[in-house]
Amino acid sequence: MVPLNWYLMLSAVVFSIGVFGFLTRRNIIIMFMSLELMLNAVNISLVSFSHYLQDMRGVILVFFIVTVAAAEAAIGLAIIIALFRNKTTANVDEMNEMKG
Amino acid sequence: MKFMIPGLRPLTPEIVMTVLALAILLADLVIKRKETLATLSIICVFVVAYTFSGSLGTAFGGMFISDGYSTFFKIVFILNVILTVLISVKYIAIEKVNLGEYYGLILFSTLGMMIMASAGDLIVLYLGLELMALSTYILAGFIRYDVKSNEAAIKYFLLGAFASAFLLYGTSMIYGLTGTTNLAAISEYINQHGLTGNPVLTLAMVFLVVAFSFKIAAVPFHMWTPDAYEGAPTSITAFMSVGPKAAGFAVMGRVLLHALYPIKPLWATVLIPVAILTMGVGNIVAISQTNIKRMLAYSSIAHAGYALLGVIAGTADGLASMMTYLLIYAFMNIGAFAVIIMLRSEGFKGDMISDYEGLWHTHPLAASLMIVFMFSLTGIPPTAGFMGKFYLFASAINAGYMWLVIIAVIFSAISAYFYLRIVMYMCMREPRQTVALSTSPSIGLALAITLAGVIVIGVLPAQVVNLARIAFP
Repeated sequence: MVPLNWYLMLSAVVFSIGVFGFLTRRNIIIMFMSLELMLNAVNISLVSFSHYLQDMRGVILVFFIVTVAAAEAAIGLAIIIALFRNKTTANVDEMNEMKG
Repeated sequence: MKFMIPGLRPLTPEIVMTVLALAILLADLVIKRKETLATLSIICVFVVAYTFSGSLGTAFGGMFISDGYSTFFKIVFILNVILTVLISVKYIAIEKVNLGEYYGLILFSTLGMMIMASAGDLIVLYLGLELMALSTYILAGFIRYDVKSNEAAIKYFLLGAFASAFLLYGTSMIYGLTGTTNLAAISEYINQHGLTGNPVLTLAMVFLVVAFSFKIAAVPFHMWTPDAYEGAPTSITAFMSVGPKAAGFAVMGRVLLHALYPIKPLWATVLIPVAILTMGVGNIVAISQTNIKRMLAYSSIAHAGYALLGVIAGTADGLASMMTYLLIYAFMNIGAFAVIIMLRSEGFKGDMISDYEGLWHTHPLAASLMIVFMFSLTGIPPTAGFMGKFYLFASAINAGYMWLVIIAVIFSAISAYFYLRIVMYMCMREPRQTVALSTSPSIGLALAITLAGVIVIGVLPAQVVNLARIAFP
């Protein structure tokens, strides 16, 4: 049996990779992937807590997170496409219409 | 309205809102005149407001709470929808985005806010927050052909999603620690097991505060605010600056003052520097702005800082004054945005501060309305803004944060510079160009409502404050 701590460490590492990727990468799609990584890190920890506590709440929340993440992906990609049509770039550093 | 299933009664407003919002989304297919949809959505929120009266109680085993606190916030959200729709009708036609989905999305976003205000469980809180946020992302990017609007949407989206990941990580830590996601059960568990000094709980609290700070646009998590507010359609800027902010404060009050009340000293230590920074950055950076929407974005950051004082005070009085302040803020901020929207006409953006030069000489009525709203935002009596700040500062002093209030008053004095600069531009400069106002009956009605709100609450504040006090148990 794998102890709970290992799962939590995995979750923390994946979450940190997600945060790091989000903050350092400049391509919107990769930033978006980092966000998904963060959400999945949370899912790992919720499922392992749920199993460890023998409680269903965590798993229920995971289902909701997966569903919402799908909706989020749809909206996010739609916004990216709308932007790409006007600007032909996916680099966030070039999004500097507004400053100050 | 009677339901056969007794457990669903507290959800009546949300269920009615869902059904009517879907109906409006479908009605868009058959109704060609989109102004009709605006009228329908206002009728829709009145129906929802009508169902508030019989909806007190809890549902789903405490996951959903409908009490005075949530109802007060829901009234703010309903008011926000009415005013936003009124100022939108002509504006979205000028921007050539007169599409029916606009109204449906506003209603769905409001539904999310209502769920947030009623959340008795972190799962419900998350779902409400995402429903609100996802609808608002689309609304921010609603002018599809405009690069600025796209950019606003993408920035809002990326940072909003980043914040919700933090919210979820905090939720998962609290769940692992206490074995529950119910707000009441969390505080009970913390008290029973003496977890007040637990480092994991502290980390979870910090994560939750980070996520809420993103939503209410508190420094240092405010980076998206100026860009999102400047680029989004002006009517949506008005909507975003009131609705999601109020919803963020609603969940903040619930989570920090119910679930995490046992560790109040800890979260107060985190929130105090956040509040000081928020007031400081908001008020000081606003001085150097040339775009009025961007200036109001920084002003909205600063106002979040004032309202945070009520949460930091952590008393029933503090929360009541925070709630009153958000209601007042809805009136004065949407009022200011209504004037800004009037300046937008075919081929003229009208969102630079220099466009306001000499407005008093060409359009005295619009200018005098703007003066009232600017006075109210500064906090000059007899406007509502003064009373709101007065109650907030009084509650913080009563809770023992005298020095924090002194800092807030200093920043509030700084804010007079950039609000009154607009008044100065309007009254003391000669008009550079002739500005045509795009008026319509609906925007006139919105201005009348906001003006009445600002003046009436400013002169007779006791009723509203008592309402908020009764609302908070």
